[in-house]
Amino acid sequence: MSRFVRNTKSIIRRELAGYFGSPIAYVFIVIFLLLSGFFTFSVGQFYELGQADLRAFFQWHPWIYLFLIPAVAMRLWAEEKRTGTIELILTLPTTLTELILGKFLASWLFVGLALLLTFPLVLSVVYLGEPDLGAILSGYFGSVLLAGAYLSVGSMTSSLTRNQVVSFILSVVICLFLVLAGWPPVTDALSGWAPVWLVDVVAGFSFMPHFVSMERGVVDLRDLVYYVSVMLFMLFANGVILQNRKSA
Amino acid sequence: MIKATHLSKSFGKKVAVDNISFMVERGEVLGFLGPNAAGKSTTMRMLTGFLPPTSGTALIGGEDIVEGSLAARRKIGYLPENAPVYPDMTVLGFLDFVAEIRGFSGAEKKRTVGETIERCFLSGVRFQTINTLSKGFKQRVCFAQSILHDPEYLIMDEPTDGLDPNQKHEVRGMIREMAREKTIILSTHILEEVDAVCTRAIIIADGRIVADDTPEGLRARSPVQGAVHFTVHTGEGESLLQELQKIPSIRSLEVLGKTQSELTVRLHPKDIGAPLVNDVSARLGQEGGQVTSLFVEEGRLDDVFRAITASASKKEQE
Repeated sequence: MSRFVRNTKSIIRRELAGYFGSPIAYVFIVIFLLLSGFFTFSVGQFYELGQADLRAFFQWHPWIYLFLIPAVAMRLWAEEKRTGTIELILTLPTTLTELILGKFLASWLFVGLALLLTFPLVLSVVYLGEPDLGAILSGYFGSVLLAGAYLSVGSMTSSLTRNQVVSFILSVVICLFLVLAGWPPVTDALSGWAPVWLVDVVAGFSFMPHFVSMERGVVDLRDLVYYVSVMLFMLFANGVILQNRKSA
Repeated sequence: MIKATHLSKSFGKKVAVDNISFMVERGEVLGFLGPNAAGKSTTMRMLTGFLPPTSGTALIGGEDIVEGSLAARRKIGYLPENAPVYPDMTVLGFLDFVAEIRGFSGAEKKRTVGETIERCFLSGVRFQTINTLSKGFKQRVCFAQSILHDPEYLIMDEPTDGLDPNQKHEVRGMIREMAREKTIILSTHILEEVDAVCTRAIIIADGRIVADDTPEGLRARSPVQGAVHFTVHTGEGESLLQELQKIPSIRSLEVLGKTQSELTVRLHPKDIGAPLVNDVSARLGQEGGQVTSLFVEEGRLDDVFRAITASASKKEQE
């Protein structure tokens, strides 16, 4: 097994242990499940719609994630800076890539686990009707990718500061922008004065069109490329920020 | 061997470390001394790869800290200032993690971690979460982390900071024990520590090296090194002083205290190498006064330290 894989695995294990060693993990999972249930059944009117699919469930994810995911990611680097362990970890023989990737993947796995725990919803739909399982699978896939993109933003903002609250707020704002970028009020505000190509570029940054198509059951390579490039860009920026830090 | 050449680090306009060069051989324990914010920690952070130097570089056992950072870091054990450790991990979990990153696995990992726990007297707390431990234990856990892979090069930033006297003694004992087969750099502002463990000391002030010497050599720079200090019970002080002035090897005589019946005097020798105490005690015997104390003074490191760092910062201001 190569050094890279082994180190990254050690870091993932340590980070996951960090989540479950503190109340964060349990608070996050419980709140996430409660909110999902509330939005799906009360706000999304799952029963009233009378449709055997999980659209009512997935459509809320960009909004639930907006507040919950930055809370998961905010500690990734800010906590290391606050406790000074960043000096320890960066002087161990492991590369920045291994560290960033390990931390990111650990948080992703953690959110993935929380998402996995929504399986009773799938069982309910299967029990109530004959859903398109492909669409449900693609909805989950899109939701996982969306979570990864949010997490990469959070990881980047976490490396900017030793204060987790600052990291949280920054990442909520950036994610909110990425959610709203394609929203008509935002594009309308731009289209009054900006050239069309700029409006298109800004709108193209939005999470929403990519998320919505997967929610409908369409897995397009372009959506995949979009999410992967957002993550790579944010994690790369994360690395640049850490490389250029002035002190601890 | 650790060899630093023209290491410099600036933060914006502020120059934290200014063109530092030095060499440490195997078997040496080099102490970094200096006032707070003199650049000790910054120098260590550059040596360990935490901060990139603004200019200059260093070789750790032949590995360049800039070009071959990863290879250099493999050879180093580092105890950062304030001994940071992950508060939410257990002692065993933390050391397991460090061992994995250091490339240990399976039975070898288990053995190495077990041995390190024994060596650092952590057996009693191995399953405890680190944030439930006292400061002294945290320090020891971080120390354990730095020696886990039996590194050739050990860099420790204030290794005994915050420890009680017994723990300090223990840690110093461990450092001395390891010194034989390792190259060690440690920083401190406790001067007795330099005497206790260091074979050589570098004094840093305002980012520059202002002295590089053995502890004995540094002490010799003290104005009172080798002086004879005595107190004598006598009625007639003046005649005794005149007699003493005649001793040829005396450079100067200093009366420290004079009362009705007692006289305290410090005699500075012309040459530190030639002991003065024989001549003085013989002369005092002849005079017949009752000597209540007589000893040879040793230079105190803190005097030397203050003299050197104060003059350095004075120059800076000019």
